[in-house]
Amino acid sequence: MSVDLGVSTATWEHLSNQAIAAAGIVYFLALVSHLVEWSALRTVPVKATARTAVPASATTGGPPSVPEAPAVEHAGPDESTRFRIAMFGNLALQLTIIAAAAHFVGLFARAEAAQRVPWGNMYEFTISGSFVVAAGYLLLRKRFGLAWMGPIVTSMVLILLMVAVLWLYAPVEPLTEALRSYWLVVHVMSAMIATGAFTLGGITSALYLVRARAERRGTMREQGYVARLPALATLDRVSYRIHAFAFPVWTFAVLISGPIWAHEAWASYWNWDPKEVCAFITWVVYAAYLHARATAGWRGRNAAILALVGVATLWFNFIGINYFSTTSQHSYASGAPAISLRDR
Amino acid sequence: MSDVRTDESDESEESEESGETGAWRPSGDRDHHRRAGELTAVELLRWGWRQLTSMRTALVLLLLLALGAIPGSVIPQSGVDALKTQNWQAAHPHLTPIYQKLSLFAVYHSPWFAAIYLLLMVSLVGCIVPRLVVYWRGYRKQPPVAPRNLTRLPDSTSYTTDEEPDAVLERAQRQLSRGNRVATGDGWVSAERGQLREAGNLLFHLSVLVVLVGFGIGSLFGYKGGVILVVGNGFSNQLTQYDDFDPGSLFDAAKMEPFCFTVHDFKVQWIDSGPRQGLARGFQAPLSYRTDCGSDPSPQLSYDLRVNHPLKIGGTQIFLIGHGYAPVITVRDAQGHRLTNGPTVFLPESSDFESFGVVKASGRQPGKDIGLEGLFYPTFAAVHGQPINVMGQLNNPTISMLAYVGDLGLNGGVSQSIYAMDKAGMTQLKKPNGKVFRVDLRPHETVQLPNGAGSVTFSGIRQWTRLQISRTPDVWLTLLGVVLALVGLLGSLFIRPRRVWVRARRRDGTTLVEVAALDRSGGGDLVPVLSSVVESLRTPSSKGQEGARG
Repeated sequence: MSVDLGVSTATWEHLSNQAIAAAGIVYFLALVSHLVEWSALRTVPVKATARTAVPASATTGGPPSVPEAPAVEHAGPDESTRFRIAMFGNLALQLTIIAAAAHFVGLFARAEAAQRVPWGNMYEFTISGSFVVAAGYLLLRKRFGLAWMGPIVTSMVLILLMVAVLWLYAPVEPLTEALRSYWLVVHVMSAMIATGAFTLGGITSALYLVRARAERRGTMREQGYVARLPALATLDRVSYRIHAFAFPVWTFAVLISGPIWAHEAWASYWNWDPKEVCAFITWVVYAAYLHARATAGWRGRNAAILALVGVATLWFNFIGINYFSTTSQHSYASGAPAISLRDR
Repeated sequence: MSDVRTDESDESEESEESGETGAWRPSGDRDHHRRAGELTAVELLRWGWRQLTSMRTALVLLLLLALGAIPGSVIPQSGVDALKTQNWQAAHPHLTPIYQKLSLFAVYHSPWFAAIYLLLMVSLVGCIVPRLVVYWRGYRKQPPVAPRNLTRLPDSTSYTTDEEPDAVLERAQRQLSRGNRVATGDGWVSAERGQLREAGNLLFHLSVLVVLVGFGIGSLFGYKGGVILVVGNGFSNQLTQYDDFDPGSLFDAAKMEPFCFTVHDFKVQWIDSGPRQGLARGFQAPLSYRTDCGSDPSPQLSYDLRVNHPLKIGGTQIFLIGHGYAPVITVRDAQGHRLTNGPTVFLPESSDFESFGVVKASGRQPGKDIGLEGLFYPTFAAVHGQPINVMGQLNNPTISMLAYVGDLGLNGGVSQSIYAMDKAGMTQLKKPNGKVFRVDLRPHETVQLPNGAGSVTFSGIRQWTRLQISRTPDVWLTLLGVVLALVGLLGSLFIRPRRVWVRARRRDGTTLVEVAALDRSGGGDLVPVLSSVVESLRTPSSKGQEGARG
């Protein structure tokens, strides 16, 4: 990623900051559109739009050969409401795509400014990780029918970007010595892809629990957001498939590329460094999640809870360990010694 | 220990289990005297074994493993950072004995942590081996007979057609044989695919064992050691040359490779601007080495040792993991005899290389030892009278140390750390006015100690590198294990085992075709599968009514 366009480092850095700010604004507009769309949907009973309106949620979970239910059977939404739903749904999607594009420009410019992959500190991790969440949502939206996830993803990415810009921002700087390795690309990229995917999986698992609770208590309203979520079986399946993708990637990042790089840089495959321990815990929790889905009495609700525990350990590891632990060799949150003295 | 032990297990497993899960039936005369619920020792063992190898236990053990790992990331571990652990222990005098009893300062070497992972491994083996047998036997088996009532399955559909059942079934067999193993019978076609999922699953779990064996070999027969080497000095690979040495239990010192090397220089690039100004990057330690320094030395080779670029000599690797300064401090006694003359390694206390060190000068007479203890500043500056260090580069190198005279206890036969002074028999030197005497020197300066005790000269500065030298035998086994584990994992997650059945029979003058599918991974969406099967079975001529169960 080092294209020489005759642009100075400072200009690239400036461009990156502008692009990230722009992405934040457009994510916000996308969120607003989603909110308008979903508020319009609230006036319409779920059944009336189940197979017609754009953000139809249940398109994947229905029975196989039921013919398309014509909307006429129920009191359908009036013309203007339907138009509003379709238009704002579309608008939100377009805006999310534009925001993700700006987000990518921000990352690319950051990489150009630093002359390396933009994964050197917390700010860069956070803007990259949130991009993976946004991109993952856009890529899987059609395949898994994730339209219902729009408001959550846009608000989540927006919050992450705000946290990154307000609290984590760090000017472009050279990497510490131990980080200067091509394993940075391999290890951090896989860790970040897995983090993004696990986050998406965590969202589906959380909504699984919300919907399961509403169904159990019978508090689901006809027009509400929860009622528009896919059926529990579908949520569970989508959640499993996202996790099934993320788990091998995480395995590669934590248990393969991580130790290999640790061996080269720190002379030891596995140090029981706090970050390593936490990543290992995350791995074990997700392994438990995969097993739980196949164990009687653990399916569904308990598995979803495990997925949430997993995502909690993941994000604690991603952000928390850098601030709570001073012994971690992964503590790039502050200006750590270039190479440290251990075991002294 | 698998992710596919679902309700719809293979028939063989079901029949095997049905005999066990029910009440323990008396099977012979001598059992008549037993009360209900009473088990013989063998039965109890068998029951325990079944409990241990059950999926639920494996799950609980996995969660315990995660829970058990947590203390190690919160409480400082002596194996990871001994200094920090000591400080923590000093700060928590009440908790420390309790924690020590629970081995919370060495969680990953503690008996209870070992108990968790050993039980997990036993559970894994106990689960995997029988499944391996079942899989081996079942692999060649025909797909199972289609269930009688296909429409009772959760994912099924049916339609009617005018075609003969045989024609439909023949087409079903042809269509389904792509990528499936197909069996046919009277009025049904059964297709199965994705058996490699279980193979991947088994491979993954077996590979975990391979990784552990490889890891075990590496840590039993291998070693790691560290040495601080002042630039210009040589090192030969013998136990005595190491500052710290951590061998595996079965390590054999005779098998250490007979290499030797000399570090010629140490170069650092300092960052002059930006937020990391004053920090270092770009370390290089050019060295020359021989792979064999015995009686018949091998030719000399050279290598530029850098971070992330270890030197590999045979099966041993040498890593550059730290650096610092070693001021050359000459101590003379009252008569002018030179007591020390050589570099003293100072340990950095922060990223700007403000370093702490101790000089121990053994006197010519008992009780006349001289000791110095204090700091080295690479770039010294005084701000409001307070000494501070600006950066790690040698812009204004200065030592500032306290001086002691007396008995250092060097002849007591007890080995001492070279980084700490035993002050029990030492008296701090004071100025005539009673104030603390400091040895504040810049290079090539000399100061006389009070009371004519002697003099100290700061002769110069050398650099040192900290090297880690380690040997992990058979690391390829571990690597092979993780790669196989990943392959197995991918197979077990992405291969979807699936059964599809088609039944066709005449009813009321038309043919009723029933299609059902079963996903055995729990992750697949069968709706498109069913519709594509139905699509392929129906020719344009067959028009019938559809009925479906969701």
